[in-house]
Order: sequence, then structure tokens, then C-alpha cells
Amino acid sequence: MFGWVSWRDLILAWRHRADVLATLFFFIIVTSLFPLGIGPEPQTLQTIAPGVVWVAALLASMLSLGRIFGNDYQDGTLEQLLLTPQPAYLIVLAKVLAHWLVSEVPLVIIAPVLGLQFGLSENTLLIVVVSLLLGTPVLSLIGAIGAALTLGLRAANVLVALLVLPLYIPVLIFGTGAIQATVNGTGTKPWLLLLGAILVLAFVFAPWATSAALKISVE
Amino acid sequence: MSTRRINWYKYAAPANFYPLAGKMIPFFTVVTVLLFIIGLYVGFFVAPTDFQQGESYRIIFIHVPAAWMGMFLYVLMAVYAGLGWAFNARLGSMMATAISTTGAIFTFISLVTGSLWGRPAWGVYWVWDARMTSTLILMFLYIGFISLQASIDDSRRADRAGAVLALVGLINVPIIYFSVQWWNTLHQGATFTARSFKMAPSMLSAMLILMAACWMYSIAVVLARVRCIIREREREAPWLAEAVA
Repeated sequence: MFGWVSWRDLILAWRHRADVLATLFFFIIVTSLFPLGIGPEPQTLQTIAPGVVWVAALLASMLSLGRIFGNDYQDGTLEQLLLTPQPAYLIVLAKVLAHWLVSEVPLVIIAPVLGLQFGLSENTLLIVVVSLLLGTPVLSLIGAIGAALTLGLRAANVLVALLVLPLYIPVLIFGTGAIQATVNGTGTKPWLLLLGAILVLAFVFAPWATSAALKISVE
Repeated sequence: MSTRRINWYKYAAPANFYPLAGKMIPFFTVVTVLLFIIGLYVGFFVAPTDFQQGESYRIIFIHVPAAWMGMFLYVLMAVYAGLGWAFNARLGSMMATAISTTGAIFTFISLVTGSLWGRPAWGVYWVWDARMTSTLILMFLYIGFISLQASIDDSRRADRAGAVLALVGLINVPIIYFSVQWWNTLHQGATFTARSFKMAPSMLSAMLILMAACWMYSIAVVLARVRCIIREREREAPWLAEAVA
């Protein structure tokens, strides 16, 4: 069941490839706008790079949140899924996994290339990837709560930003902290461990809150 | 020893709570006004001038109570919303909705007074100090709660969705607080300590009196607001027509 739900979402995403690519290009364009707005001095760019990459990842992942449950809600699939004897927790987790694979992993893959634009060293680029790998699942997990709460509402996209972005702040702080620690030569490990701790917490609690929210919204 | 049993559940019904709240509001309003007068008098005329900050430190008398209320009301709101959701108690959810606005206003006041105080004390209106940043994020959480409830038409769904959001926010508040604190030490931005001065007893008492005043104000306003919400939601109920008439 778990695998089936994820697989189905992946196939659906593959059939709408343009949507996925749009998110990716949004990420690329936003990060490329910052040097244009701030100026090409390498020193400045290196300082702002961690923040820019992470904020752009936050915004890009938020754009695609509506797709986690939106289509299934409209055609009634979601209701049927919740009626199955399988725990809602697992169904949510499967859909979140699919969202992460479709919308976040491409960002993680392209991030080092964007990091080169900002003049980051190879070592730092590695940490960029590791911190994004640890942090982006949290974005999907927490974002799913917001997506479930706003199902079928007017202006759901704007609302989801209001609900979810404040909750993303710890991930942003620890993610950029890890990258900055590498740039400054101080220890990266505590930041990554904290990111991992948040990931574990979100993994346990967020799908539970999401399934509660789904039941409220579908009712 | 005889124990008189009070039926607490009685007042969980809006029909019984509505008149009770109506009777309680005048009492809390009077206490609020008295406490504000006493507290402001002590704060402005009895408390001595601070030798470091001069007169400007007196902002503390409204700033600190507002900040405390902003934080505490968020917890209270989440608890009421959770009770309303778990026990299907309409009144709990109505209380949460009523509290959210007051909490947001107090948080806003603490941000504004904080930055007005920052100008004379630190020379700038805003520093990315851990306390100020986390208060700002608290404000965002309130805004999220209020706008989520405002955009759902079905009041039952609005109550429950708000409860999920408030509880998720409640779990997140300590995480956000510590992350902001560590972030602040990483950047070493603000090394100002606002709490460096010792408080004279009259300063402390003025602050505590105004704290109590803010409490009483919150109770009075929340009760008034919850009465409005009850009237709005139960407008079809026959008891309301009798109570209002």
C-alpha cells in the first residue's frame, strides 16, 4: 500500500513533467536574481550564498505543496484512500515521500551548480548538499500539514505560505548555519546533528498532524 | 467533611456561559481600569528615574506585560483549541478564536514598544536580537491562525483546522526559540543586554500591577468577544432570542 501510493504519485508527476520542471526553474531563477540585485563582488556573494540557496529552496518547495493532496482531493481519490483500512499515517508518509522525490531532490541535485555561481568551494558545496538532504524532507513533512489544512479553500496558495513559512524557520537557521560554519571553518557537525534531530521529530509527528488535518478537511 | 460538587460542564454550554460571561465582564472591566490607574501612577510618579537610561526605561511597564501576555495567550489559545477539538466542545474553540485576536494585539504592542525603547537604549529601532526575532515569529504564528480561521466558511472545520495549527505551532515554539537563540550567538549581532539594570522595588511593583491589569483586560475583552462569537454562531438557537430580549 505504502509503495503503491508513492509509485502512483510518481507516475502522475511523470505525466505532468512540466509542473515539476517549473519548480526547478523557479529555484534556479530566484537564486540567479540575487547576484543581479546585489552585485557581482565574490566576497559578498560567498556571504549571502547559504541564505540565498536555502530561502530559494524554501520558496520553491512551498510552490509545489498544493500538488501533494490537491488533485486527489478534487477527484475524490483522497476520500477513498482515507476510507481504506490502512493507517492514514502511512498514506500521508507515502505521499510526502513522493513529493520529496519529485519536488525536492531535483533542487538538491542542482544546488551545487548554483553554489558555483556564488563562488563556493568544493568542501562547502558538499555541505550544501548534505544540509539540503537533511532539511528538505522536513520541508515536505511540515508543508504537508499546511497543504492538508488548506485543501479546497479560496486563496489556498497564499494561505499555505502564511501557515508554513514560520514553521520552516528552524530548518532555515540550522541549514544555513551548517553552510556558514564550513565557510568560517568552525564545526559543521552540531548543525547537521540538529537538522537530523528536527528531521526525526518531524518524521514522527508531522504525518500524524497531517492525517488529522486531512480528516478535518475531507469530512 | 461535605464536598459541594460544582457542575463544571454546565458552563461548557454556550447557553449557560453567555449570561455568566455577561455578569463577569463589568467586574473585570472595573478591576482593569483600577489596576491600570494604580499601575501607571506608580510607574510614572513613584518609580525612580533609572540612572543609566533616564526616563525612557518606563516603556518597560507596558512592554514587558505585553510581551508576557502575547506568549502566554498563545499557549492558552492552543489549550482551548485543543480542548474544543478533543472533546468536541464548541465553547473551547470559540474561546480560542476570541483569544487569538487579543494575543496578536499584545504581541504587536510588545514589538512596537520594544522598538520604540530600542531607539533610546540601543540607538536603533530594530536589532535581530533573539527575543525580538522570536516575538516577531510568534506574531507570524498568530497571523497564520487568524487568517486560516478567517478563510474557512464552515465554522466546525475552522475550529478544528485552527486547533491542529495551534498545536503544531505550540510544539514548534520552543524549537523556534532555541534555534533563534543559537542563530543569534552564531552571528554575534546584538551584544546589548537590556536587563542590565537592577530594579527598584517600586519599579517591580509597577510592572507587576500592570501585568495584572493586562490580565484583567484580556479576560474582560476575551469574554466580550466570545459573547459576540456565541451570538453570531448560535443565532438560530431559541435560547439566544430569550437571552437577548
